[in-house]
Amino acid sequence: MTQTPIIELKNLNKTFGTGEEAVVALDDINISIYPGEIFGIIGLSGAGKSTLVRCMNLLERPTAGSVIFDGTDITSLSDKALRNIRRSIGMIFQSFNLLMQRTALDNVCFPLEIAGVPKKEARSRARELLRTVGLGDKEKAYPAQLSGGQKQRVAIARALATNPKVILCDEATSALDPTTTQSILALLKELNQRLGVTIVIITHEMKVIEQICNRVAIIDKSHIEEMGPVDEVFRHPRTQAAKKMIFPSGDVVEEVTGYGKLLRLVFDGNAANRPIIANMVLKCGSPVNIVFADTKRIDDKIYGHMIVQLPENEEKVRQILTYLDMEEIAYEEEEYDVQ
Amino acid sequence: MFSEGMFSLMGTGLLETLYMTVVSTVMAYLIGLPVGMILVVTDKEGIRPNPTINRIVGSIVNLLRSVPFIILLVAVMPVTRFIAGTTIGSTATVVPLVIAAAPFVARMVESSAKEVDRGVIEASLSMGASTLEVVLKVIIPEAKPSLIVGAAIATTTILGYSAMSGVVGGGGLGDIAIRYGYHRSQTDIMLVMVVILVLLVQIFQEIGNIIARKCDKRIR
Ligand SMILES: Nc1ncnc2c1ncn2[C@@H]1O[C@H](COP(=O)(O)OP(=O)(O)OP(=O)(O)O)[C@@H](O)[C@H]1O
Ligand SMILES: [Mg+2]
Repeated sequence: MTQTPIIELKNLNKTFGTGEEAVVALDDINISIYPGEIFGIIGLSGAGKSTLVRCMNLLERPTAGSVIFDGTDITSLSDKALRNIRRSIGMIFQSFNLLMQRTALDNVCFPLEIAGVPKKEARSRARELLRTVGLGDKEKAYPAQLSGGQKQRVAIARALATNPKVILCDEATSALDPTTTQSILALLKELNQRLGVTIVIITHEMKVIEQICNRVAIIDKSHIEEMGPVDEVFRHPRTQAAKKMIFPSGDVVEEVTGYGKLLRLVFDGNAANRPIIANMVLKCGSPVNIVFADTKRIDDKIYGHMIVQLPENEEKVRQILTYLDMEEIAYEEEEYDVQ
Repeated sequence: MFSEGMFSLMGTGLLETLYMTVVSTVMAYLIGLPVGMILVVTDKEGIRPNPTINRIVGSIVNLLRSVPFIILLVAVMPVTRFIAGTTIGSTATVVPLVIAAAPFVARMVESSAKEVDRGVIEASLSMGASTLEVVLKVIIPEAKPSLIVGAAIATTTILGYSAMSGVVGGGGLGDIAIRYGYHRSQTDIMLVMVVILVLLVQIFQEIGNIIARKCDKRIR
């Protein structure tokens, strides 16, 4: 990409505490996020995701390294200048963090009040934003009267109020049910396309990344393990941490009994509308045991992975592998005792 | 025993008690609210951690709170005379009442403010709010129901202190109770004063609870 990044983290390090109690939450993080993209950061609990995203608007001060927003290193700014920059970076949270004693409308007005926008103007802008997020009829409701999805919509409207260039989302859908998650993600995607706002999404759910992100970074134990376009990283995870994240099936494999080889088939969209497994079984004249499958259809293409247990007969195994090669399905052998 | 004169004496006593209580509460809050906020903001978990300020202010608050009111009442008499010109009567009593109540109020305010969800404060910081804006637009409004309940407790405590000041001629219902009930052994008058004081405490507390409930938007 030839564009200049909107957010650039350089050699970022964050250590909590000192001496023996020191916890390294981030270690030498380098990330560039470009204008208009939806960038996902995925990792297990405690990996350092929240710390990472909080460093982007300096809610957390990095111990070392720089945070460059739109060309400015914000770690060296004065308090006042930093508060100004923060108006260009919206943020939404897992627990919504709305002001409980303010109505939906007044919540959306809050960042405008702080920015010194006249009350009347702020209210009309807030009304418009509530309509944008589909809550035009809830302006007088208090957060306690709204559902989780509705609260997150208010939070999104609030984050958009000051026309930010970036929206940071820390587990924004983790407290929501699957249907509501879908609708919130769809809303974020729509805002990204319509307003061109850059979105950074922190999550521990693969589905969230798959659904809306363009690029993804996998963080494990304070390190960025892998980074790249979502389909590339998800199709060919290189590191162990990434594989564990992307193919979370170790416990299933542990339960399999028998001696046949375990094979992981990776579907990356090339097996459109072809009954691969059924054809394989028919062609090779040998049944396989499907141990685990996590596939989904997007735009009429199949994505995901599947673990099958092959017959013990070596000749049959060879036939099956030949068939898979011919169909250009990626596969790799899987160990029995995956932890 | 309950002559005309007695009733008017009681009326005056009631007014004096209300006067001392209300004025002292208001003044205790003028001091205690900002002090409480300083304690919250400079706390190590606060938005502007400052151990030095926090420890100094915290120590002063603790020191004043640890002196029993009845001793404080006597100990601060020179200050009272300097400010009020006398040490007798309800206006003079306001001085020790405020000195005793302000640190108490500061701690009440601090504990109410600490109930405010950390996430909401972070969200407002992420929107570019300054420390003062966080205090005025987030912490105080979000803690309002709890602050009001706290204010009712503070008011009733100050009411109790004001009655105690009757021992040194502080005016009000407590003064009457001590003068007639203790010095002249008119137990019935003392009982009546106690009943009125109990009722006042109930009324203040109940009003506080009702207002707090009414203004809390978290319910329903
Ligand atoms: N304020 C803090 N003080 C000390 N340690 C902290 C603090 N905040 C985070 N940590 C530590 O830093 C590490 C990363 O925490 P972080 O909250 O960033 O993880 P996460 O990836 O967001 O996890 P989760 O998915 O559970 O939210 C953890 O080991 C955590 O204990
Ligand atoms: Mg987190």
